Amino acid sequence: MGAGMRAWVGAWRGAPVRRTSGRVAGLVVLVALTVLLCLVSLAVGAKAVPLEHAIGALTAYDPALADHVIVRESRVPRTLAALLVGAALGLAGTVTQGLTRNPLADPGLLGVSAGASLAVVLGLHVVGFQDPLGYVWFSLAGAAVTSVFVFLLGSSGPGGASPMRLALAGAATTALLGSLTAAVLLLDSASLDRYRFWAVGAVAGVRLSTLADLLPLLAVGAVLAAGSGPLLNSLALGDDLAQGLGVQLGRSRALCATAVVLLVGTATAIAGPIAFVGLTVPHVARALVGADHRWVLAYSAVLAAVLLIGSDVLGRMVARPGEVQVGVVTAVVGAPFFIALVRRRRLASA
Amino acid sequence: MSQLDVAAPAAQVARARTAARRRSIVVGAVLAVLVTALFLLSLSLGHTIVPPADVVAALLGTDTSRTAFTVVELRAPRAFTALGVGLCFGVSGAVLQALARNPLASPDVVGITAGASTGAVAVIVATSAGTGALTSSMVSTPLAALAGGGVSGLVVYRLARARGVVTPYRLVLVGIGVSAVLTSLTSWLVTRASIDDAQKAAVWLAGSLGARTWDDAVPAVGAACLVLPAAAVLARRLRVLQLGEQTALALGVDVRRTRRALVAVSVTGAAVATAAAGPIAFVAFVAAPLARRIVGSTLTVVPAALVGAALVLAADLVGRTAFGAVQLPVGIVTGVIGAPYLMWLLSRPQRIGQGE
Repeated sequence: MGAGMRAWVGAWRGAPVRRTSGRVAGLVVLVALTVLLCLVSLAVGAKAVPLEHAIGALTAYDPALADHVIVRESRVPRTLAALLVGAALGLAGTVTQGLTRNPLADPGLLGVSAGASLAVVLGLHVVGFQDPLGYVWFSLAGAAVTSVFVFLLGSSGPGGASPMRLALAGAATTALLGSLTAAVLLLDSASLDRYRFWAVGAVAGVRLSTLADLLPLLAVGAVLAAGSGPLLNSLALGDDLAQGLGVQLGRSRALCATAVVLLVGTATAIAGPIAFVGLTVPHVARALVGADHRWVLAYSAVLAAVLLIGSDVLGRMVARPGEVQVGVVTAVVGAPFFIALVRRRRLASA
Repeated sequence: MSQLDVAAPAAQVARARTAARRRSIVVGAVLAVLVTALFLLSLSLGHTIVPPADVVAALLGTDTSRTAFTVVELRAPRAFTALGVGLCFGVSGAVLQALARNPLASPDVVGITAGASTGAVAVIVATSAGTGALTSSMVSTPLAALAGGGVSGLVVYRLARARGVVTPYRLVLVGIGVSAVLTSLTSWLVTRASIDDAQKAAVWLAGSLGARTWDDAVPAVGAACLVLPAAAVLARRLRVLQLGEQTALALGVDVRRTRRALVAVSVTGAAVATAAAGPIAFVAFVAAPLARRIVGSTLTVVPAALVGAALVLAADLVGRTAFGAVQLPVGIVTGVIGAPYLMWLLSRPQRIGQGE
């Protein structure tokens, strides 16, 4: 136990934990933390619910008790939403960074969120959706079209998809789509009114039925992403070496891109464009466990879930009886941590 | 090895240098003519079309009719604001990208415009929610934007410095982090506002030159007059700095002071420009790569400024006149026109975006 603790202290000082037993132990601790945060998330809010009522609502539901109804109808859905969205964004960020070999790559920076946003705004403008289930397909389609487009653009021309070309292609696409989004919103104030609450990034008001309908998409994306670890490890060696190791570049890129689109598109449809999670969490995970993508993926998923649930809880605590949306809190909480990390060590440039 | 063999390459270098210098002067002149033409065009086009001769007469004060009022009081402030803002954005982007040796390091990415936006939106929301203690938001929005942009720029620079060194890479990363916070604060402020204020904020956030007065134009042009010469003077040392920190030190450049001065120039330019017209998308980001492509040399402060001015003037002209009754804010036009242009550049066999 003492040695394990020392290894984890070392991880913060810049020496990732290499022993499998240490990595498993860390993962177990993080999962336990996630469960604990989930329980806290059920109890905390505009009306504080005692922990035994929160657990009782799950084990022995009594519709006559107000506390049970609050937990079941409002807090369980938002906690699950935060859990799923967080894990999805963490996985998607890791896959994006591994695939493009770019530590700055993030679904947001590569334009995928902007594509989803524009599609949702068009959905709001043209059809007038009220529920995430209505615009999830728009969000997904927007994410898919944009990511394919950015990748084609970044890899066209000689020299292929260098990290910087991809980042520039993403920035150009984000600017274009952002302008179009702004144009639609300026012409249609009713859409702006709904869009502004979606765009801030929030898990409040998500319905359980919506989550259940979207779960298969997330599950497929998560399975693809989780299985991509060995592939990303090979890709990290460079295209030529990866090919030499028997990786089929085109097929594996398509696989990873599908995973990212499914994860980001669905997560964005549920909670709006939550910036920053996909960018920062993989860096933290890499700092903890090193460059092996199989472990980075696992840690990223759990860490991002912890970040999102924790941020949602915090957002409910700081502005009682109102609340600050989770997207704001993730940025405000996540950024200082990220900046500290940037200052502390040279981020792994892989 | 004879004397001649050494002299021949030296002569070649000298010839190439002269050619490059001549080219940059010609390009600069052409760009200046283009900017002037666009400027006059934006004074003459609009709801009523004023012939160029009358525009000149109105500007010189020899004409005092109603058309003169249109030109001098309605269109000139807008055109001057566009000019100043474009120059500032162009310089700011060129300096920062060269300093960080990274085309991603434009003021939009490293948090200067994000800070300005947060400041402005905070004032837009606070002035109408408050009891009227704050005066008209038309006065305080630019000031708040200036303060926000300046503070966030300095915070980013300070945070990017660890153990006395600012690495370009760290500057971009810290900038992205700070921008993310500011952007989400902005969208949170927008959710707290009434729908009217949200709409006002949306127009400002898109980057708009509508209803500008001389109060907006004078600071923008003034800042351009300050920032452009400063950057042009510093450009020589910046070029040395681009060779790498160690090399620059060895060549006798005071790296720290030079870098500080350059950051100050860039932050001032971007913050003043954003204060005057909102965060106009893409101008700072694309001006320097475009200018580099036209001129063909690595560092191009003056051409970048002119390209920025041309972009803003042209985009405002298009947004104002091309869509009939609907006037699109300039920032939407720059995004819709500028982004595909960068995409086209990316898809061509060219230098842009390779390594650096």
